[in-house]
Amino acid sequence: MSTTQETTFQGKIDKGLKIEPRDWMPDKYRTHLIRQISQHAHSEVIGMQPEGNWITRAPSLRAKMVLIAKVQDEAGHGLYLYSACETLGITRDELISQLHTGKAKYSNIFNYPTLTWADIGAIGWLVDGAAIVNQQSLRGTSYGPYSRAMIRICKEESFHQRQGYEIMSKMANGTPEQQEMAQDALDRWWWPSLMMFGPHDLDSAHTSNAMNWKIKRETNDELRQLFVDRSVKQADLIGLKIPDPDLKWNQETRHYEFGEIDWDEFWKVINGDGFCNKERLNNHTTAHTKGQWVREAALAYAEKRNNGVNHE
Amino acid sequence: MNNNELPLWEVFIQPKTGAQFQHCGSVHAADKEMALQNARDLYTRRQEGTCIWVVKAEHIISSNPDDSESFFDPADDKVYRYPTFFKVSKKAKGL
Ligand SMILES: [Fe+2]
Ligand SMILES: [Fe+2]
Repeated sequence: MSTTQETTFQGKIDKGLKIEPRDWMPDKYRTHLIRQISQHAHSEVIGMQPEGNWITRAPSLRAKMVLIAKVQDEAGHGLYLYSACETLGITRDELISQLHTGKAKYSNIFNYPTLTWADIGAIGWLVDGAAIVNQQSLRGTSYGPYSRAMIRICKEESFHQRQGYEIMSKMANGTPEQQEMAQDALDRWWWPSLMMFGPHDLDSAHTSNAMNWKIKRETNDELRQLFVDRSVKQADLIGLKIPDPDLKWNQETRHYEFGEIDWDEFWKVINGDGFCNKERLNNHTTAHTKGQWVREAALAYAEKRNNGVNHE
Repeated sequence: MNNNELPLWEVFIQPKTGAQFQHCGSVHAADKEMALQNARDLYTRRQEGTCIWVVKAEHIISSNPDDSESFFDPADDKVYRYPTFFKVSKKAKGL
């Protein structure tokens, strides 16, 4: 029985059909998706913190309005993704508790601090830029609810990247101090942005299943290359320099070659030793715990009304 | 661990007047007002809708994909439900 089901399942995937919540799926497909989608959701939510750090200090009312809208979008992205993840039979409570206990991860990039206003530019341009590359590819993922969430998210993301690039280009063309800040932000965010695509394909534990099941459509290295190719030209255009002495154009492959990523740093930050790991997680846990009475009160109120005059 | 997760509601949006409502995702909320407000904040930040429906997820009944053959098969061999089944003279206009 199980082999027939597996053949039907793989057959659908090979034909490019989507898998929907109530379709039969292998346990490993389900757990892989829960891990990946929840990590993605947690990243959107935790990712609000480094940017939220600058809302009260945005340099103009326009910048402040834009940043609030951007951060609010990220909250929305997190919720679209939790919603997709819950269709796999895991509850929101479980998802949140996996984040709090460290069983579920979020993207490393959000463990780096935002030191100046230029960091907000660098995040929008590079971090959202890298996320977009990944998310555009995931629109074609085989799990229906995940794919639909990605389509929705991609529509909203391009504003994020443009607002970041606008900040960077303004600062890169501003006073010498602003130019310095812009370059410094690029220097600090460039390598962590490349790490966002994950380990090399050969070192990635999850690549092969994910490709066969079409959960992932392109490999980490392919996506990273696409991101580098795009970003180098964008940096050139505003007169900023990518902090990589090995970066050079390869006429034959028509791609940029780039230096080796510091994987020790990558693993160090993943394993909890980044600048802001503790702070990010503490903030989330505290907010969740402090909100407990609100959830309780809201439920009690709903119940009270249901027991009274029932006007549902 | 139970943190009193709020109930799950499915959200349907009508993209513009006259159009059909479409499912777009879910929200958690304690009651119907909160569900509507959460749905508005989450799914219509860019004027994606003119009207929203929310319904408790537990109230939605779905057919079972495993049974979809036997469930939908009866429609399979009734080609006479399509206009192309009928042969009429090309000269007959307005049909
Ligand atoms: Fe996002
Ligand atoms: Fe974004």
